[in-house]
Amino acid sequence: MSGNGHSVRVQDAAFDPGAEINAFLARNPNSGGVASFIGQMRDFRGSDRTEKIAAMTLEHYPGMAEKQFDELIADASQRWTLDDALIVHRYGTMHPGDPIVLVVTASAHRANALAACEFLIDWLKTKAPFWKKESSGSDAAWVEAQDGDDARAQRWQQT
Amino acid sequence: MTLLYFAWVREKVGISQESVTPPDTVRNVDELITWLSSRSAKHADAFSDRKLVKIAVDQVHANARADIQGAKEVAFFPPVTGG
Repeated sequence: MSGNGHSVRVQDAAFDPGAEINAFLARNPNSGGVASFIGQMRDFRGSDRTEKIAAMTLEHYPGMAEKQFDELIADASQRWTLDDALIVHRYGTMHPGDPIVLVVTASAHRANALAACEFLIDWLKTKAPFWKKESSGSDAAWVEAQDGDDARAQRWQQT
Repeated sequence: MTLLYFAWVREKVGISQESVTPPDTVRNVDELITWLSSRSAKHADAFSDRKLVKIAVDQVHANARADIQGAKEVAFFPPVTGG
């Protein structure tokens, strides 16, 4: 889904963040500042690095996911002048080291690109309809949402 | 109206979606949850702590007071964990 200078993709297939960023740069040669964020799957559960996880499945709400991303980009565009933005988010099964989400923003200068990129990932964590289930050899468990995510998103509320 | 369930809400209810026609007295999400819980033990279990279940009406985040009259789709899910 794209339009008005942004693209959103929600997909089962793996993506190559480097290739995506290079393609984005090629599309935006006149943007002085391009910022990016990659979320990747870790091989441990929570903060306990000894509890390994082997795989993760992401469930999602098709239709609403794309809508939410479009809305977040529209919000970001209201606050900062952006030349382009890209969000790619996977669903389905993935393994440690796999990229899950990519956010890229382009603007004339670095301040807008960096701020918008951080805004998008902070809000995406609280609004995008995806749910992670982690599995180790013997069990599988739904990841719980973190209060910290809500707190980070709240920081962006305008006074 | 189509109801959608995701993640552990889906596991507790036992289905990912269903089509329902609530009575006219059911006007908002809270009343819908009460009605669903009265009809099935699995629904009652899924909604036993309403604070844990988030809502979207026609693919827009909503709260329990949201009006559902005329809604095509209501989804129930845990707090999101994407990204």
